[in-house]
Amino acid sequence: MTDPWLPVAHRVVRRVEETADTATLRLRPVHDPLPPFRPGQFAMLYAHGVGEVPISVSAIPGSGDLVHTVRAVGAVSRALHGAEPGTVLGARGPFGTTWEPHGTEDLLVVAGGIGLAPLRPVLRHALAHRDRYRRVVLVVGARTPADLCYRDEFDRWAAELEVVTTVDHGAPGWTGRVGFVTEPLAVLPLDAPHTTALLCGPEPMMRFSARTLITRGVPPDRIQVSLERNMQCGTGRCGHCQLGPLLLCRDGPVVAYPVAEELFAVKEL
Amino acid sequence: MTTDIAHLELFRTLEPAHRELIAASAVHENHPAGTRLFDEGQTAEHSWVVLSGCVALDATVPGRGTVTIQGIGPGELLGLSWLVPPYKWHFGATVVAPAHLARLDVARLRTAAQEDPAFGYRLSLVLADALLHRLQSTRYRLLDLYRTPS
Ligand SMILES: Cc1cc2nc3c(=O)[nH]c(=O)nc-3n(C[C@H](O)[C@H](O)[C@H](O)COP(=O)(O)OP(=O)(O)OC[C@H]3O[C@@H](n4cnc5c(N)ncnc54)[C@H](O)[C@@H]3O)c2cc1C
Ligand code: FES
Repeated sequence: MTDPWLPVAHRVVRRVEETADTATLRLRPVHDPLPPFRPGQFAMLYAHGVGEVPISVSAIPGSGDLVHTVRAVGAVSRALHGAEPGTVLGARGPFGTTWEPHGTEDLLVVAGGIGLAPLRPVLRHALAHRDRYRRVVLVVGARTPADLCYRDEFDRWAAELEVVTTVDHGAPGWTGRVGFVTEPLAVLPLDAPHTTALLCGPEPMMRFSARTLITRGVPPDRIQVSLERNMQCGTGRCGHCQLGPLLLCRDGPVVAYPVAEELFAVKEL
Repeated sequence: MTTDIAHLELFRTLEPAHRELIAASAVHENHPAGTRLFDEGQTAEHSWVVLSGCVALDATVPGRGTVTIQGIGPGELLGLSWLVPPYKWHFGATVVAPAHLARLDVARLRTAAQEDPAFGYRLSLVLADALLHRLQSTRYRLLDLYRTPS
């Protein structure tokens, strides 16, 4: 049993630049691997001498390797984002709750910005078990076409799932939508009572998307969102990630919308 | 994407007879990418429902050329200026991904709305709902939520 407080050494074995500020890292355990992660869960990743931050798994290769997509926004995420192959990082986990896509019926995945990263394992799982779902729809929002991650994978998703991409600002040659994710959500054909919706992105995006889906008739308890707050221990002890009655490292990040709705108004502590 | 106009989410609040009226008066059109549908300032004589593909609303900005401000995709209404005078387009529109559109006979719809206030009221609500949703979405876009925090 690994000590959840102790970062376990992992070496970066692959680094793929997704966009100007986002990269996907594949980390290989230097010694023993961490216990298996499930979609929606996160690791505390430690950049030596800089600090530690929560980062979701963006793929689950099943080999003991960890795959994370990191967007450089501050000191720690910049250090992780810039970690070239060969760099040794620390990782603790798995932490947190998981997406529960239910299966057999319609799955709607709504991702904004880096919010696609925690949902990618769900999409890959749905592709691998396509027969478990009647319909799988992915709605992705990004700032510009250049900010879209996983461009190579999009073609496969588009071939096997229904994919709607919308950007805030178009660019020359962009033939897709320009608008907010809620615009396609308002009109997309849906068998609403039998749809499970997984939402990840900036909080206002999740709130507006959830409200749009509820107006469409999607049952609130079939909507799941991923909440983010600052984290430190990841193990439910320090209280850094408290949001109302929840400790988001333990009771989140994925929660059912009826739980999140009451808490969305709670300011960051 | 359904091409059955009568069953579009957009028209869900209308009576079946009114949905059928809209569907019956619609003309199906297919346009290749690059087709210019209308220009800013022209009289708004039509409205379309996008059934597949994508249409960009644009504005010409000196020094920046033509700037897309909104892309309209399947299930959405293109052209919201036809029910309210002076019926002028505020933006231009170009097909950016090959599009299957249903062109609505707005003159007939205006007449029907005047003759049957119950239909007129519900049709106004459909437009108000589409406008409100687009306004709110535009406001969220103004928040620039996906920007890199600084
Ligand atoms: C459960 C969980 C999963 C996460 N998964 C991922 C992931 O897969 N990929 C990824 O890139 N990031 C992810 N994050 C966010 C990541 O943890 C933060 O970006 C990171 O903690 C920022 O630390 P920093 O030291 O680099 O920047 P800081 O110096 O702490 O912050 C820099 C700037 O970013 C802002 N900021 C910090 N955190 C966030 C946030 N969560 N949302 C919006 N703005 C923020 C700050 O307000 C500040 O303006 C996740 C967060 C949580 C809680
Ligand atoms: S991060 Fe310490 S209690 Fe959640």
